[in-house]
Amino acid sequence: MEVRVLIKSQLSSLIDRIIEHVPVVGVKQKEGKYVYAKLDQGKEFCPDFDVTVQSPKEFIFPPRETLFDFTLGKDMQLNPHYSKDTLVIWGVHPYDIKAINILDAIFRDTHQDKHYLMRRENTFIVGIDPLRASEKSFWSSMEADKVDKGFDFILTDLGDEYIITIGTQKGRDMLDKHGVSNLASETQIKARDRVREKQKDLCLSNRKLNFPLKMLPYLLMKGEINKLWKEKAEKCFSCGSCNLVCPTCYCFDVQDEVDITLTRGERYRVWDGCLLENFALVATGENFRGEKYQRYRHRFYRKGLYLKKKYGQFACVGCGRCATACLPDIADPVDIFNTLFNSLKGVLIHG
Amino acid sequence: MANNSIYKPELAELVRIEQLTEYEKLFEIALANGRESLGHLPGQFVEVSVLGVGEAPISVSSSPTRGKNFELVVRKVGNVTKVLHELRTGDQVGIRGPFGTHFPLEEAEGKDLLFVAGGIGLIPLRSFIQYVLDNRHKYGRVIIFYGCKTLPEQLFLDELKKWRRREDVELVETLDNPCRQWKGNVGVITTCFPKVKIDPENTICTVVGPPVMYKFCLIEARAQGIPDDNIYLSLERRMKCGVGKCGHCQINHIYVCQDGPVFKYSDIRGLEEAI
Ligand SMILES: Cc1cc2nc3c(=O)[nH]c(=O)nc-3n(C[C@H](O)[C@H](O)[C@H](O)COP(=O)(O)OP(=O)(O)OC[C@H]3O[C@@H](n4cnc5c(N)ncnc54)[C@H](O)[C@@H]3O)c2cc1C
Ligand code: SF4
Ligand code: SF4
Ligand code: FES
Repeated sequence: MEVRVLIKSQLSSLIDRIIEHVPVVGVKQKEGKYVYAKLDQGKEFCPDFDVTVQSPKEFIFPPRETLFDFTLGKDMQLNPHYSKDTLVIWGVHPYDIKAINILDAIFRDTHQDKHYLMRRENTFIVGIDPLRASEKSFWSSMEADKVDKGFDFILTDLGDEYIITIGTQKGRDMLDKHGVSNLASETQIKARDRVREKQKDLCLSNRKLNFPLKMLPYLLMKGEINKLWKEKAEKCFSCGSCNLVCPTCYCFDVQDEVDITLTRGERYRVWDGCLLENFALVATGENFRGEKYQRYRHRFYRKGLYLKKKYGQFACVGCGRCATACLPDIADPVDIFNTLFNSLKGVLIHG
Repeated sequence: MANNSIYKPELAELVRIEQLTEYEKLFEIALANGRESLGHLPGQFVEVSVLGVGEAPISVSSSPTRGKNFELVVRKVGNVTKVLHELRTGDQVGIRGPFGTHFPLEEAEGKDLLFVAGGIGLIPLRSFIQYVLDNRHKYGRVIIFYGCKTLPEQLFLDELKKWRRREDVELVETLDNPCRQWKGNVGVITTCFPKVKIDPENTICTVVGPPVMYKFCLIEARAQGIPDDNIYLSLERRMKCGVGKCGHCQINHIYVCQDGPVFKYSDIRGLEEAI
């Protein structure tokens, strides 16, 4: 991977030049928190953040997205919508890039989702290696402290300069176009690697899995029937916040809307959440996950077992957003996985 | 990248509509875009759109051996199905599919077949039964258990009449709540099992019905000595996409829209939340 270098003080003017050509959303500070929002000027970008409130998911997988529009009546016409808008997302931490890689795998699998893939193709991901971690994050345990793909380029802060690791031709072209052409030296690349090595120590020491990650699927297979699920789920509001903030949750509902003339309308998808009560309800009244604990458990199993089986990747990157979002504080994956591990330790060692 | 949207249906025309019962209608459908046929296998389903209202997964009820058009039988239960029932011949609907797995057409060759249909479970099973009857020489005995709550709920009366008359079809019908003119069997569908002597090792048993029925039928089928490898069932789940994306149809790691709806029982035995 080609590596370039940029003097730190030149970052905001680089963003300014890019904004002239393409809209850029980036990390901004807002009331003591960090959010992704449209950047009007490069200097609004905040490079030193722990975690953003919402993940960048909404920019590549919008909360509501038209799939096609149609005309009603004699000669029906169906017209699919594919986004042609280009967008730069500036300042994405490795764990959130990893989450995007998971979404890519899902929407690319078997039946390819052109709506997602077109938008994704037109989105530039500018990564940034983290300088600190939020109180709730545990991304090092999820092996999401570094990424080697999924970004067009990624910045690493070396104090006086940014090392820019290029991930794609698209990223290289953008840098070329805006005059970022100095190559990083061997020494600078080594310094970058040292910074990256230390990144995994940024998460708090009490935010770690107490067992090797590769054991997680096995642990879950043994832990399906455990009092933990019912005990914890008793406090669940079925509010779906844990799904909403999660960078890898992608379940959706599909609905139709007709305009007031009744001659045309559209079919769109909207985010859905497996914690919501009616997620598995069918018209005859049967609810296949009608009990709270079933829905509660389902999310952890999707994260640690089901999607791992299907796509070979864990669907949790350890961002900690669900733990922050959950009012009764029961959504935290490290906490749950560690509790499950403690209660099954005996079984696992002997079995 | 795929060159089309996986969510965009193709247009099709309702060429014949028949009221089967108070709640169920049959729709014969012709694809509009010159596609030769749907290309489905018995057990697969399509997503039917009423544009402006929504989409619903519906099994194809006819066999591909019955010509170029296909038939759906729809129970009126909610938004989409209600509006579908109001449509008339010549109206258009959207179709996506066929999707999902199919019944064991080849594995069943040379074997006896036991079909267990509870209520509208006969809708998808009919496709398999028609297929077998159209290839009658390839299969052994054809035994059909068909259970309904009451007589007016019985579907496909003309076909039932034919099946009753055929020497090479053993049809056992039952009603939970019989009326005076009913001369058949009385009781839930499991009461059909003792009526017929089967050769369990050589029988492929396919069960389709409402969720509550599976547990009891499985117990009965196993009690008859039918191996789990010879039992197939078709499961229903909420579905929004039919193509493995929306997450609604998941049972643990299984996606009913892709890995099902037809499952071999031995493949899902012990799966939490499945049955
Ligand atoms: C594989 C499969 C095959 C089916 N085959 C048939 C059939 O041959 N004939 C028949 O009458 N019915 C069949 N059903 C059930 C049928 O899909 C539902 O009755 C129908 O979706 C109800 O839609 P609605 O809009 O009328 O009801 P609403 O209650 O208004 O449903 C709203 C939405 O919820 C979802 N939904 C609700 N119930 C179900 C359900 N049971 N299954 C899946 N999604 C649901 C749908 O996306 C629907 O658009 C089948 C279901 C599945 C999964
Ligand atoms: S686990 Fe927490 S955030 Fe998730 S649905 Fe329950 S209460 Fe809401
Ligand atoms: S499950 Fe929680 S910690 Fe894991 S990726 Fe989703 S929001 Fe982040
Ligand atoms: S119906 Fe959407 S994933 Fe199966």
